Amino acid sequence: MQSEFRLPALGADMEAGTLVEWHVAPGDRCKRGDVVAVVETDKGAIDVEVFVDGIVRELLVPPGTRVPVGTVLALLDTEAPAPAPEMVQAPPRTRAGEDAGEAIQQRVKISPAARKRAQELHVDVVSLRGTGPEGAITVQDVERAGPSPQPSPASVGEGAAGMRAAIAAAMSRSKREIPHYYLTTTVDVSSAVDWLAAHNAAVPVTERLLLAALLLKAVALACRDHAGFSGFHRNGRYEESPVVHVGVAVALRGGGLVAPAIMDTATKPLAALMDEFRDVVARARAGRLRASELAAPTIILTSLGDSAVETVLPIIQPPQVAIVGAGAVAERPWIVAGRIVPRQALTLSLGADHRVTDGRLGAHFLARIAGLLAEPAKL
Amino acid sequence: MNREQLPRRVLELVTAIAPDVEADSVIPGIAFRDQFDFDSMDTLNFAIALQREFGVDVPETDYARLASLDQCVAYLAERLA
Repeated sequence: MQSEFRLPALGADMEAGTLVEWHVAPGDRCKRGDVVAVVETDKGAIDVEVFVDGIVRELLVPPGTRVPVGTVLALLDTEAPAPAPEMVQAPPRTRAGEDAGEAIQQRVKISPAARKRAQELHVDVVSLRGTGPEGAITVQDVERAGPSPQPSPASVGEGAAGMRAAIAAAMSRSKREIPHYYLTTTVDVSSAVDWLAAHNAAVPVTERLLLAALLLKAVALACRDHAGFSGFHRNGRYEESPVVHVGVAVALRGGGLVAPAIMDTATKPLAALMDEFRDVVARARAGRLRASELAAPTIILTSLGDSAVETVLPIIQPPQVAIVGAGAVAERPWIVAGRIVPRQALTLSLGADHRVTDGRLGAHFLARIAGLLAEPAKL
Repeated sequence: MNREQLPRRVLELVTAIAPDVEADSVIPGIAFRDQFDFDSMDTLNFAIALQREFGVDVPETDYARLASLDQCVAYLAERLA
């Protein structure tokens, strides 16, 4: 049987992408979940996976081509005779449990400018030998390997300006279509902060946790207890997602924002969740996310904990229906049993969709997150 | 490792964590956070890298002493002495 491999939409407002490189050739066997192509989008370079097992029959789109979402990129044969067992071996993939340092090591060492140049010149950076520090590939290495130093029209429209335009389009659509309501609550997170400090002092540095990992888990668990916040509103109706995939908003240093998902967030122990969180942030900033991670989030957590911001009033990313915000933790005067005491306070916020829930349900949902944070050892 | 190599090696670790930062542009006396939004995730990855590279276990309570390249080099020199 023949199967079409199409360019997926990686967000509500993605219209096109540029095929940068193929990881497969005709005749190659691929398994569901294998990364078969890299596509440059306004969210950076994205690893795109296949969703069927099969054998590549034909690649229809050559590297360097900009194509609209939905374009058939390749044809696969999905019912083929079983190959010899050693042929089925999938290539090693970056998995949870590896740390960000190793994830970075596995990638080609290349400066951002050189990577951009390689895309313009359609140079396969994997085959290059770098002459920069620690064998890093430089712009000069790329240009030496390139056919001729002419910029390609394929690169137009992506990069920082493209990402900014995509964020603006998604947020405009959100504000136009979604009747938002916003709730905020400031909670005492001293127990979570103290628990984290004690935990992090007792474990090796590679096993330290960030508060954001606790927040991710608490949001995911609250979604399991309260319907109406984790799912998609499409074609005029809301569908709750059977599995909670919390997306984590990651700010990129050059400006811009992506929100890849930590898959099945609610069932993961904190240690595994933290490993995946670290891995996904490293890859978001290196521009190597997977297509499935960008399409998956059923709700997003946006934490501005590293800034001095108290409250974030977050905007929902369609077709989702809710987004949770967290400001910075700060020591504040708190009243406990009639006395003013210093406590670690955090303002949680919720932006949610009036087509699905109301403020009272939102208040229960936020209170559940706060309650979960109050007992960090149970997360 | 001698003292002269220390700043360069630390800078390499920083740019491995923040691949979008050009090494030449880093100002030694200014906090990473103020130069390129080094956040808590970056700081954790930096602490992991320092442990790997120098065998120095930086407790969380010392993170403030890793804020800039100059501070970090001074801290490491003290810990490695």
